[in-house]
Amino acid sequence: MTAVVPPGARAVVRSPATGAGRSGPVAWMVLPALVMFVVFGVVPLVGVLVLSFTQWDGLGAITPAGVSNWRVALQDPGLYHALWVTFEIMILSWLVQTPMSLLLGVFLAGRQRYRAFLAVLFFIPLLLSSAAIAITYKALLDPNFGLGPGLHLSLLTQDWLGKSNLAIAVIIFIVSWQFIPFHSLIYQGGVRQIPVSMYEAAAIDGAGRVRQFFSITVPQLKYTIITSSTLMVVGSLTFFDLIFVLTAGGPGDSTRVLALLMYQQGFQANQMGLASVIAVVIVVLGLLLALLLRRLGGSTTASQMEGM
Amino acid sequence: MTTSRRNFLRLTGGAAIAAGLAACGTSGPQSSGGSTGGTNGGGGGGGATYWFLTGQPQQAIREAQVKRFNDANSGSQLKTTEFQNDAFKQKIKTAIGAGQAPTLIWGWGGGGLKSYVDANQVEDLTSWFGENAELKNGIFPSAFGAASVGGKIYAMPVETTTPIVLYWNKKVFEKVGAEPPKSWGDIMDLVPKFNEQNIAPFSLGGQSRWTNMMWLEFLYDRIGGPEVFQAIYDGQPDAWNDPSSIKALTEVQNLVKANGFIKGFSSITADSNADQALLYTGKAAMMLHGAWTYGGMKADGGDFVTGGHLGYMNFPPVDGGKGDPSNTVGNPGQYLSISSKASDAEKETAKKFLANNTLDEASVEEWVKSGNIPVVKSAKDKLSSVSDANDKAWLEFVYDTSANAKTFSQSWDQALSPAAAETLLDNIAKLFQLSVTPQQFASNMNAVIGK
Repeated sequence: MTAVVPPGARAVVRSPATGAGRSGPVAWMVLPALVMFVVFGVVPLVGVLVLSFTQWDGLGAITPAGVSNWRVALQDPGLYHALWVTFEIMILSWLVQTPMSLLLGVFLAGRQRYRAFLAVLFFIPLLLSSAAIAITYKALLDPNFGLGPGLHLSLLTQDWLGKSNLAIAVIIFIVSWQFIPFHSLIYQGGVRQIPVSMYEAAAIDGAGRVRQFFSITVPQLKYTIITSSTLMVVGSLTFFDLIFVLTAGGPGDSTRVLALLMYQQGFQANQMGLASVIAVVIVVLGLLLALLLRRLGGSTTASQMEGM
Repeated sequence: MTTSRRNFLRLTGGAAIAAGLAACGTSGPQSSGGSTGGTNGGGGGGGATYWFLTGQPQQAIREAQVKRFNDANSGSQLKTTEFQNDAFKQKIKTAIGAGQAPTLIWGWGGGGLKSYVDANQVEDLTSWFGENAELKNGIFPSAFGAASVGGKIYAMPVETTTPIVLYWNKKVFEKVGAEPPKSWGDIMDLVPKFNEQNIAPFSLGGQSRWTNMMWLEFLYDRIGGPEVFQAIYDGQPDAWNDPSSIKALTEVQNLVKANGFIKGFSSITADSNADQALLYTGKAAMMLHGAWTYGGMKADGGDFVTGGHLGYMNFPPVDGGKGDPSNTVGNPGQYLSISSKASDAEKETAKKFLANNTLDEASVEEWVKSGNIPVVKSAKDKLSSVSDANDKAWLEFVYDTSANAKTFSQSWDQALSPAAAETLLDNIAKLFQLSVTPQQFASNMNAVIGK
């Protein structure tokens, strides 16, 4: 694995500053992408920021409201609760997913044919839409008509989605079930990039499989871990469909994450200004977390492999 | 392998969008009917546009109404677009906000209608109803409450009246040897009786939240009368702190604490009809739910309805309560408003449709045939033509409940503004979770009163 930022992205940043003339054709070749980014990325982002300083019920006129939305939102314990739930789900699902995807990825990196077959099987959950997954699990976990009562298994007959802690656990389980295959795939790719010569050298030095795993595989996968973690962490900020269908934020507000709070304020309570504040919070949080993870990995533009 | 993080983000982002789209439901809007062109909003000539919901049997009845209108008025056609429920709720709001509303705006009245009125988006129909007194007098008076804002009528009540009803399973009552409750005290006495037999006293799809709200609507009415919620609706400060309000909130928590509701009720949704299934499979003895669930139980419950095992009644009185026991709550009707942004010709077409085709004889007959009571007094005459004895008894019950109700209060989440309704549903969920006390509930709600 080499540079994490592709050459194209670099050109986007540099060419307007250095002048299009000198960069030649490269500069205008990125123009379509740049236009798309501005129209669909920057403009809505600015729009949301502007909306967060207005009062709008989605119907009537948009009236300026100063910082009142921000004051209301920041004084609302509901926002901090949603923030807490978001972090809880983010951290717990990272803790569950990372070790399992890493181990699975390492396992799948072997060359036997059956592993390729398994890799395809493992990948299936990711192909299903979150809404479909949520509906299926909801039916399976139903305390009266689900899997537990159907098979007369009292252990499975719990009020899975009706108790706060159980509901969070179920969400983390389903998220892991859905996304571990994807991250395993990333790790599988990462592991296959590690030169076999390193393992051969270690074996000559008498290192066992466990020692090889911790001394070669894990350090060599540093950037893969950071990439995968960034996707998990930033991605978990946008968990919405699964939770919306599965628990609708319930029971009470115990699984109400930021994205769900934003939806409820904006489209159910008709308070677009307040919803925009929450949207800005989500964006800022996502940026901060991504930057933080980048820092943790040191300079990500440096090549990981010597001599390549 | 040179894969960038950016690409991965795009990849996962795309997947999320795809999932989001998939969640939006199976069928998009379907346009039909009408003469030529005409966009969603504008539309030319004497044509008008009308958006409504899919889902049988309502959809077929609405389509037939439009067809009758278009057949009879070759000069001014009505062009329809059909949406699924949730898609419609989003689309109509966005369209009105963007000045692209259809000529005829279908809705539930109450707080949603008030927000249209506040934004000057719908026509005042008061004088039109004055000119069409016969039409107005034929409709249940109770249906006009949710169509009026500040003493003026902004929508015509159409379609059906659906009060909330207390259902019970006769088979289960027989098995336990119990009598249907005649008072709130009876209900509380029945709870341990059913629990001892491992039957849940009440089915409840609590995750939907508005399902829990039906309990509060009745308890507030039976304990304090309709004035208690009226004060809340009128935005009187501190209205949720009324002693009757606190008593009602306390009673509902007592029922939760006594295990009155099915285990796991807060993870059951009403959309999936699991709550109805609990009643007709005998896992629960009773259920408080809208009249609209009758059709579902008849279709899915085997011989539950057709075999005469379904019992139903109006919510019983609470001992010492002030409310009239004939009062009911629920949806007094559905509503059609006319967009104020439509052209005069379009408005004329829309009014002609309202007057001639929404509650005409053919419509009334079709609504009754589908097991519903339309919001007109003439529905009574059609009941004799119903052949099925169970259906007939049911329709007479719904008619009498709606027509004889001293007060027919609109469901709270429809009556209040969307912002207040969201806070209400949130707090009701917590009330049923026992995570807020009645006092905390009242003060949380007082904070958003009149908003």
